[in-house]
Amino acid sequence: MRLINRRPGGLGILASAAVPFALALVLYVVASGIRLAENPDDKLLPGLATIGAAVERVAFEPDRRTGDYIFWTDTAASLQRLLTGVFVGAFVGLAIGVPNGLLPWFGAFWSPAVRALSMIPPLAILPILFIAFGVGELAKVMLIVLGTAPFLMRDIEQRVRELPREQLIKAQTLDATSWQIAMRVVLPQVFPRLVDAVRLSLGSAWLFLIAAEAIASTDGLGYRIFLVRRYLAMDVILPYVAWITLLAFALDFGLRQLNRRCFPWYGA
Amino acid sequence: MIEVRNVWKRYPGKTVLENVRLRVEKNEFVTIVGASGCGKTTFLRMLLGEVEPCEGTIRVEGAPLVPEPRADRGVVFQRYSVFPHLTVLGNVLLGLDLGDAPWLGRTFGRRRVRNVARAREMLVRVGLERSAHNYPSELSGGMQQRLALAQTLITEPRILLLDEPFGALDPGIRSDMHELVRELHRELDLTVFMITHDIAEGFSLGSRLLVFDKPRVDPHEPDLYGATITFDLPVGHRRRADSIIDDINVKPGEEHAP
Repeated sequence: MRLINRRPGGLGILASAAVPFALALVLYVVASGIRLAENPDDKLLPGLATIGAAVERVAFEPDRRTGDYIFWTDTAASLQRLLTGVFVGAFVGLAIGVPNGLLPWFGAFWSPAVRALSMIPPLAILPILFIAFGVGELAKVMLIVLGTAPFLMRDIEQRVRELPREQLIKAQTLDATSWQIAMRVVLPQVFPRLVDAVRLSLGSAWLFLIAAEAIASTDGLGYRIFLVRRYLAMDVILPYVAWITLLAFALDFGLRQLNRRCFPWYGA
Repeated sequence: MIEVRNVWKRYPGKTVLENVRLRVEKNEFVTIVGASGCGKTTFLRMLLGEVEPCEGTIRVEGAPLVPEPRADRGVVFQRYSVFPHLTVLGNVLLGLDLGDAPWLGRTFGRRRVRNVARAREMLVRVGLERSAHNYPSELSGGMQQRLALAQTLITEPRILLLDEPFGALDPGIRSDMHELVRELHRELDLTVFMITHDIAEGFSLGSRLLVFDKPRVDPHEPDLYGATITFDLPVGHRRRADSIIDDINVKPGEEHAP
């Protein structure tokens, strides 16, 4: 049988997917073992036991100074910023993208501006955000909004334009007003596409979040990583990175499920 | 009554329609045939209000045609006629709900119950009552077009515009659809315009056949002159297509004659 026709099935899919992860873990344990054998105080590749102890310290013991469970307060702070930013970004994306794609006059004004806006590297204006909004939560959330909204606006505008002309004509022959067309024809069809676009922009949202937290913050996952970097505390950094990855994966998975459950017609 | 007076449509460097004149009485069933790119669809889009003529006027019942699609003119396209995000019932319900709820575009309570009942009646009429809760992607091509008809007719248009509605269907299903369209035309007192590529369909289905063609062709500049109605024939169900083809001397090979 040709290779292109051989497919993994059932358990095979899971097992094959697990192989790279297992490989990475084994590689790490071996490398860390070699380094620790040379120098038991090595901090670059701490052993699994050291990492476990660090996780226990930050996640399950109250901090000596504040009494908080640092790991969880960091997670809550970061997720709150990320989700607020992405949510506002998605809302702005819809609120601007749909009329941009649907209303020629609206698009004539705002579509070129959005295109220009999306070319600004968000990190380049981070200082401006800190100056304008202070170093509080607002600046960090704004960075995520400014980082994700232009892409979402452009993507949604594009999706609206991709709707078959026939559908808009058809809606008009049912006497739909522009508002009704937006509400009953365009929005419901664009919404799952927005969810997909948000999934794609989550990666950059995390990037902006961690950048903002690294520069000006007193808590959050990004803040913690950059804080303990000073002590070469790889035993904290590594689990934090793994945790961020897991959270990002869970968000992506959740959004995909949302699309599948709420929009069974989508992708059919 | 629909009156088309000396209508021209030109695009830069291209004349699509020239001097189209037509008078269609209420309740006629007009089929339109012609080679690809000869302006049939442009003509239909004019009747729809989607395209405006460069010259000339179109009047419906004496009033100038509003240059925007309206509920008095329903339409079924070959594809993309139904909304993929609504169920079969939802697609038919839409026309009623839009009329009843200007802001939300959906109804609740007693009104909804009434609208659902009407939508279901329409589904029974087109034979889709058992698929009410399916999405269009789960329907066959023929069922999708039945749905498109139901969706359009629920708002009771007086004019029904069909742009090759059965072009993508199998022959067997197509004849079922012919039966349905004939029935609807008779019962609902509609004026129908239907574009088709199938010349036999054009002859057998309608009460009147229009042939769009270019009376003048400049071989060096084929887009110079536009098409117009070159034949306007009364046809009936009983007349054989072949005999009429002989009458008007249209070469059957130019069309997709079976």
